[in-house]
Amino acid sequence: MSGILGRKVGMTTIFDDDGRSVVCTVIEAGPCAVTQVKTEETDGYSAVQLAFGNKKAKRTTKALKGHFEKAGVEQRRHVVEFRDFVFHKAAGDVQAELGQQIAVGDLFEVGEFVDVAGTSKGKGFQGVVKRHGFAGVNDATHGQHNRQRAPGSIGQASYPGKVMKGQKMGGRTGGNRVTVQNLNVVRILADQNLLIVRGAVPGPTNGVLEIHKAD
Amino acid sequence: MSTDLMNLVEATQLRNDIPEFAAGDSISVHVRVIEGEKERIQKFDGVVISIKGTGSSKTFMVRKVSNGVGVERIFPLHSPRIAKIERVREGRVRRAKLFYLRGRRGKAARIQEKRRDTAK
Repeated sequence: MSGILGRKVGMTTIFDDDGRSVVCTVIEAGPCAVTQVKTEETDGYSAVQLAFGNKKAKRTTKALKGHFEKAGVEQRRHVVEFRDFVFHKAAGDVQAELGQQIAVGDLFEVGEFVDVAGTSKGKGFQGVVKRHGFAGVNDATHGQHNRQRAPGSIGQASYPGKVMKGQKMGGRTGGNRVTVQNLNVVRILADQNLLIVRGAVPGPTNGVLEIHKAD
Repeated sequence: MSTDLMNLVEATQLRNDIPEFAAGDSISVHVRVIEGEKERIQKFDGVVISIKGTGSSKTFMVRKVSNGVGVERIFPLHSPRIAKIERVREGRVRRAKLFYLRGRRGKAARIQEKRRDTAK
């Protein structure tokens, strides 16, 4: 699936053609450099590797430096592979070439739908109510002392005599890879590399995002 | 850097033909109402009881008493559906949110007019 890498800039509202206020996320998408092109013959599958974000030369390992040099691009912070990458130019579908720069305007159009993946905000150790959506106890009285957000029973009795694997409990929450599907592209500001999509996107401001075309 | 980009995006949404007004002012909001294919303008007169938000998501709340029933409407300040805003009267109030008006009716819900120093 074709896509691009980006950075979450923030959220705002945009007025659509009917004057309705639409909640949107602004994403700085690209420009990305093509650092590797994988083909069916050489790698067994077709994909394109894109690199995004600034990085100091002295913070880049020799191995990566060599990799970027091969593509003839500056070192970048994030490198991600996209399967079956194709983008549209006026002439029709174009295959990406090594070292090429890819911008939002080359890939997306207003009105199109995209899937956005990123790392969600870390929430730390959370209880079962926030983490798994348990209802908790809805009574403050009737024998409840400090158990309003407790999970309740976590198993049976002496048979099976153990807690089943996969039992939902409290623990580290957030900080996972999350994909939000089918976000409408509301606007594209090609000069600023900005992509504006309807709705929310995982992760904090400045978090790195993968923007895929939705199929 | 992020804020620069956000400002740039929001700048495309802002209107500059909106007059200044504050909480306590009586205003008349001319709203574009679209019914099927026809568009007409409806007025909503009342007191501004709250302004909140920044940039393109800034909104204001207008309260009026209609047939003895309190009616409050929230408008996005920069909405293209607002045809015009007129400031009818400037009110003298001592807070930014006038939610205390909800508990009052009649004489108690009056707001003093702002006095302008015209002597000098």
